[in-house]
Amino acid sequence: MPVIANPYSRARRRVPPATAESLSPIINPYSRGLRQLALITAVALLVAYALVFFYAPLDANQGFVQKIFYIHVPLAIVSLCGYVLGGICAIGYLRSGDRRWDMRSYCAIHMALVFSIAGLLAGSIWAKASWGHWWVWQEPTLVSYLIVILLFATYQPLRFSIEDPERQARYASVFAITAGAFVPLNFIVVRLATAYVHPRVLNLEGGAMPGPMKLTFYIALVAIALLFATLMKYEMSAKFMRMQTKRLRRQLEGEDVDAPRRRTAVPSS
Amino acid sequence: MASAGTSASTPIAAAADSGRGDSAIPAVLLRGLTRYFGERAALRDVHASVPAGATLAVLGRNGAGKSTLLRILATLLRPHRGEVALLGEPLPRRAWAVRGRVGLLAHEPLLYRDLSGRENLSYHAALHGVERGRVEELLGAVRMERRADEPIRLLSRGMVQRLAVARAVLHRPALLLLDEPRANLDPAAEELLEPLIGRACGATRVLTSHDPRSALAEADLVLALRDGRAVYFGEPGGIDEQALRELYA
Amino acid sequence: MSTAVAGASRGRAPAWLVVLRKDLRLELRTLETVPAMILFSLAIFVIFHFGLGRQSVAGQEAAGILVVTLLFASMLAVNRLFVAEREQGGFEGFLLAPVDRSALLLAKASALFLFMAALEVIAVPGFALLLLGPPLGRVLGPLVAVLALADGAVAVIGTLVSAIAVQTRARDLIGPIVGLPLQIPALIAAARALGPLLVRHGSTSPPGEWLLVLALYDLLFALVAYAVFDFLLED
Repeated sequence: MPVIANPYSRARRRVPPATAESLSPIINPYSRGLRQLALITAVALLVAYALVFFYAPLDANQGFVQKIFYIHVPLAIVSLCGYVLGGICAIGYLRSGDRRWDMRSYCAIHMALVFSIAGLLAGSIWAKASWGHWWVWQEPTLVSYLIVILLFATYQPLRFSIEDPERQARYASVFAITAGAFVPLNFIVVRLATAYVHPRVLNLEGGAMPGPMKLTFYIALVAIALLFATLMKYEMSAKFMRMQTKRLRRQLEGEDVDAPRRRTAVPSS
Repeated sequence: MASAGTSASTPIAAAADSGRGDSAIPAVLLRGLTRYFGERAALRDVHASVPAGATLAVLGRNGAGKSTLLRILATLLRPHRGEVALLGEPLPRRAWAVRGRVGLLAHEPLLYRDLSGRENLSYHAALHGVERGRVEELLGAVRMERRADEPIRLLSRGMVQRLAVARAVLHRPALLLLDEPRANLDPAAEELLEPLIGRACGATRVLTSHDPRSALAEADLVLALRDGRAVYFGEPGGIDEQALRELYA
Repeated sequence: MSTAVAGASRGRAPAWLVVLRKDLRLELRTLETVPAMILFSLAIFVIFHFGLGRQSVAGQEAAGILVVTLLFASMLAVNRLFVAEREQGGFEGFLLAPVDRSALLLAKASALFLFMAALEVIAVPGFALLLLGPPLGRVLGPLVAVLALADGAVAVIGTLVSAIAVQTRARDLIGPIVGLPLQIPALIAAARALGPLLVRHGSTSPPGEWLLVLALYDLLFALVAYAVFDFLLED
């Protein structure tokens, strides 16, 4: 029988939600290579920040303080990508029904939130050091950050307030997609709206940076990206083990046992 | 108890291939139907086959999975595992194609409390593409013409149930799903609604009831559920008093 | 005899219009939402007067106050948008019908848009009376255009967030905390577009780039909402 597209619904996902049986029984795919990745990340971070302190030239206007740029901006860029990654994984979940995509989405957003808070703090310190205020509205990146953090901080409460795990995953995915689409638009609009009273400090246009600065910046960016990947992999590995433990416990106790379950925001099968 | 789950003789694929509503294709076909809520299985590995025009009674305690089964048949919930075919169409892939031929009478009347009976029925009629005259016809059939313009919240539960029945049969469904149809009805009202949702209406019916004996009396087939599992599927004669007591124990 | 599958396309009213009419009829019957929004807005204007200690406002400040008030009032409507569907079986009634799921999205967004328009018919003159310094008459046309685009943003995001929130336990909280950050870019654009208009002897045409931003925002989130809404309804 020909597969006729359903004209009434875009919700074409037809694979049943992943139950424990569909997860590989023994091998944790996320822990493979985790140690090597962690090692590479540690080395990259060391190299990057050694360059920052000993190689990159001092900025003419701001002096030593400007070096926060090499933490703040990579954190900003990586967390932005993390949010968009969370949205993409959410699309993967909605299309396939495989709970593992939801877990990836959760981890990506979680890590991106942590990185953006760190980036916000770094930016705030920088603002205090160069302009004397802990918060400045003139800097569109900082402002966009605040808005994005305010939005993604609601991700966990949203998940927590939905009890049924499958529905929780589905609704969280809808949120992740909407919020993921929001992030770039938000940055554009805030940048348009911010009047440039002071010259922009966080100038991302690489053209203004001399060679050594550019090199240091890119290496720092790669190092932070590796850090994100490592932490995310670590978190996914931990969640996977937890899913496995639950599955094994269910098998041991028998599936009919209706154990009282604590509500949780964390994706579980 | 008689043996569990006799599987259907007609494979789902063949049933879907024929596609037309002739009597050879079972109106309802379940094979290994499983549905989870979180980690708990509300229905597990349920088999049943109901020929067109027959009445299936679903028996079981509260929490056995009866309402879940009805909601899956109404295309409101998707099966997690196993196969379901309604009127020859496999779910959930073809749910959209069969939706207009299924009628559900649920616990809730599915009527807006602040709108009148006539307004509610007109709303559902418009959604289902049913002509306006049908609304008046049904208001007459359930004897609600005089109070059809009062908001639902002012009506008694029996009247609301009558309007709910009218809503369920508005689009002349080929498959009727009745979740405790006699709740809130006095015997006079039951008689009134008999031609609409009783054996005489001609549709295939799947009904649940808190009173198993009356359900057995009007059933051609019986499916007994216990904790989500089918413990009996077959003729009503195969269930005796002892089995009933055990089922509802 | 059973009805055709594509019941809504048999020369009858489209499904979204049927649902919209039902919602408008319910609102007219119960008068729950729009009067509350109006009263809320007027109260906020009073609070702003005392809070800012000003007799009148103009320019960017006035634009900000107006847009923020309308946004907060919209939260009332957003919180109620799907409650009847959830509590009185409206979702089931709709899902049982052989119609496109997106009809519900379109109907609810249209209803929210119309509620905002009804609110603005009272709230904007109210604002002009209570707080606004410069006269409104000469910029009424562009004002309506900006508010229409802003209401489009509120309608789309509000419907999406409301549909998410109604299935959670913290129904009244999730709507505002998720919806407000999402609407900040629209709020920025609307306020920036209105600012130059609310100045005595100021320009009578709103800055084009902000209208463009609003339009793009509306388009982007309309597409996103259309793509994801079905997943909120299915089970």
